Amino acid sequence: MSGLVMPAPKADVLARRAQIIADLRALVPGEGVIDTEAEMRPFESDGVTAYRQLPLVVVLPSTTAQVSQVLAYANANGIPVVPRGAGTSLSGGALPLEDGILLGMGKFNRILDIDFANRTVVTQPGVTNLGITNAVADNGFYYAPDPSSQIACTIGGNVGENSGGVHCLKYGLTTNNVLGVEMVLISGEIVRLGGKHLDSGGLDLLGLIVGSEGLLGVVTEVTVRILKKPETARAVLLGFPSSEAAGACVAAIIAAGIIPGGMEMMDKMMVHAAEAFLGAGYPLDVEALLIVELDGPEAEVNHLIDRVAEIGNGLGCMTLRASTSEEERVAFWAGRKAAFPAVGRISPDYLCMDGTIPRKALPLVLRRMEEMSEKYGLRCGNVFHAGDGNLHPLICYDANTPGELEKAEAFGADILLLCVEVGGVLTGEHGVGVEKRDLMPSMFNEIDLDHQQRLKCAFDPEALLNPGKVFPVLRRCAELGRMHVSGGKLPFPDLPRF
Amino acid sequence: MSERLCPRDEADVVEAVRWAVANERTLDVAGSGSKSSLGRHIQTDATLELKGLTGVTLYEPEELVLSARAGTSVAEIEALVAASRQMLAFEPMDFGPLLGVASGGGTLGGLIACNLAGPRRPSAGAARDHALGLRAVSGRAEAFKAGGRVVKNVTGYDLPRGLSGSYGTLAAFTELTIKVLPRPETVETLLVLGLDDAAAAGVMSSAVGSYYDVSGAAHLPAEVAAHIPAVARAGMAVTALRLEGVQPSILHRRGKLEAMLRAHGTLSFLDADASRAFWQAVRDVEPFAAPENLGPRGKPGDEGAYLENLKAVWRVSVAPMAGPSIGAALREMGAMSLYDWAGGLVWVQMPGTEPLTARVRAAVTDAGGGHATLIRASAAARAGEEVFQPLDALTGGLIARMKDGFDPGRVLSPGRMYAGV
Repeated sequence: MSGLVMPAPKADVLARRAQIIADLRALVPGEGVIDTEAEMRPFESDGVTAYRQLPLVVVLPSTTAQVSQVLAYANANGIPVVPRGAGTSLSGGALPLEDGILLGMGKFNRILDIDFANRTVVTQPGVTNLGITNAVADNGFYYAPDPSSQIACTIGGNVGENSGGVHCLKYGLTTNNVLGVEMVLISGEIVRLGGKHLDSGGLDLLGLIVGSEGLLGVVTEVTVRILKKPETARAVLLGFPSSEAAGACVAAIIAAGIIPGGMEMMDKMMVHAAEAFLGAGYPLDVEALLIVELDGPEAEVNHLIDRVAEIGNGLGCMTLRASTSEEERVAFWAGRKAAFPAVGRISPDYLCMDGTIPRKALPLVLRRMEEMSEKYGLRCGNVFHAGDGNLHPLICYDANTPGELEKAEAFGADILLLCVEVGGVLTGEHGVGVEKRDLMPSMFNEIDLDHQQRLKCAFDPEALLNPGKVFPVLRRCAELGRMHVSGGKLPFPDLPRF
Repeated sequence: MSERLCPRDEADVVEAVRWAVANERTLDVAGSGSKSSLGRHIQTDATLELKGLTGVTLYEPEELVLSARAGTSVAEIEALVAASRQMLAFEPMDFGPLLGVASGGGTLGGLIACNLAGPRRPSAGAARDHALGLRAVSGRAEAFKAGGRVVKNVTGYDLPRGLSGSYGTLAAFTELTIKVLPRPETVETLLVLGLDDAAAAGVMSSAVGSYYDVSGAAHLPAEVAAHIPAVARAGMAVTALRLEGVQPSILHRRGKLEAMLRAHGTLSFLDADASRAFWQAVRDVEPFAAPENLGPRGKPGDEGAYLENLKAVWRVSVAPMAGPSIGAALREMGAMSLYDWAGGLVWVQMPGTEPLTARVRAAVTDAGGGHATLIRASAAARAGEEVFQPLDALTGGLIARMKDGFDPGRVLSPGRMYAGV
């Protein structure tokens, strides 16, 4: 592990490990408690494999009642808890703690209710994202958010991270597609929010839970909305001589009032890597490649494809190919979807970053990243959810070369700081986790962060749920609760108040 | 009469809240006051009027983003984005007609604070789905920011979303950043005539669950449809399905839907202009609008005394197929219902001024759950009844602790949503 500092493990918890394991076995019998090093090893990291830590113990509950009992026990005994879905987090959100229970939700793997008339699915949190779509596909429906890891990542994890995907400009993130949850608080109490209806009548606690990275509670049931799968989808490949030209094309498409189902950009390095990996048929002479997908009724898709082609041609695109069959559309996407493994083939290790920028800043950001690439002596390719400005630079490094991981991390941090500098944010869809935790002050000042932590205090006053994640300094709730206000003269007396 | 504080900028807002905290005074957080009769009726020592914080501070159509100070008029923002062929896709309703105050009076801060939405809600989301970032002053007299100005952001808790619909009880907004989207090129509406409520829910469900991108699905029983000029002459119940987008697509989808629905009832059709008028009437619940000759209305301080004489109105959200059960349960008492969101949103006008709260809550429970909000009722009724859906003890505790965090002195619109909060 590099220089990441986690909260100091509680010595008293470590000292009581054997008793804690015995107590947990009474709550979750059978194979639900794992305590040997060999069996805990698979849980030592999530998708950010640079960070590893064996937990105190792994607990795999299979009922809400067990989750409730485990959390109440942890709360009573001051033991931290790290919730985990499939462990595909790209920000270290499920990184275990030495003194913490790793609460794996994989046994919650059943879909509970499919309601086509109301267009909802009620599911347990351990069902995969794609599993929901598969369950409703025969009736022509699907669940819209589609993170790249959708074959493995769970809906519970998606709720924790507010996961996105390539279609979220048009169809929204997880938060826009979740209607309700059942959640267990650290006290062990079980709260239900939302349902099959839209919106909360009052304060939207549900909207605060989504994307809270496991710091507020453990979700044990999720109600999502499903949509009819578009009748048709077609994609266009547009190659450009510069990223500026490709960026201008993206802006022009949106300015023309078109919101594509997906709009992805790849830079030259990524185009070449993808092509070498699986021969997607991408043009190799371009500096930037756009994949624009239109979906909907056939008449609309065909009409809009022509408009996109017109816009691309007007902006000097070098290659323009519209898919004419479903096979061809899938082939266009295959290269993009294989971008990460393709980089894995040309570099032993890589870091995948996740900033969002105002799209107009793209040429500046790409130029500055090239300078950084030279400074750090590390290659960097870019895939970009172009419609919403979500940038995924892939920094290539070799973990076996001493110091290279640290260099790659520093490079990544510089990129994220650049995103903030140009008006963007540290993370568009991967979450803060541990990876971006220490960069939070670049975006938020102390008062901003304190207000966020006060939400945490309402749910988890002892900070036992996923400590060490999201916030660089976890403030004590008693300290955050104090208020000092001085002054108190009638404000701005120079103004008429009536 | 309570005092009015009219800050000019964020620093003034901080000063006003500091004064309130230090002197243990309460503030009614308001924009222009257009929705002052929404929520529980409360009495405060002063009104914090944010309508002086005006101006669009950023609008980049190609980035789909707009920032404006909280007191900026929604009408001004809608006109500005319309000039770039864009819109607020969540179609915020105008409460003017329903509450008997001037139309077009709302502010951006009020729109987010009340989490407004319209007929496009099922496909496009509500205000909170479009709230990207904000600056605000909490009850600690501290200015803070949350979120950002890009459309995709998961950095930290989603406070912009969580504070949407908080009715000024956690913080006073000073500036907001929202997502804007392209305006559809044109619109048409397919009407199915003469359906009863249950049949209409089935038709709306199959239409919204079809391939044909229906962006509005409303059902108006005959006595409700009679109040909307665009459809009144049908003389019967009207089930309306909105199609938006480019013309070739609308033609195609309309043909498919007509084939699908022909067997269910007589079909009719509204062109673009008639469609816009019709959906605005649905959005603003015009069939239940207050009479226009109420005299002086909506002035801060009069607390809507005129509301005493108007029929009570509820806004109910349930699973779409359960909507008709709400209408059926309340119709026998003489209530009238208007269904939007494919049946999931039921606007109910009660037979008289009494809200009959227990009956409405029971209907929601029987429908499988959801929420009901008392929108229009006398101040006395709104002071005495739970206006919002009552919370269970656990959720109520979480919300009270959030209030402790954001406004420990209970100075910001205390009690507007829930007693003691």
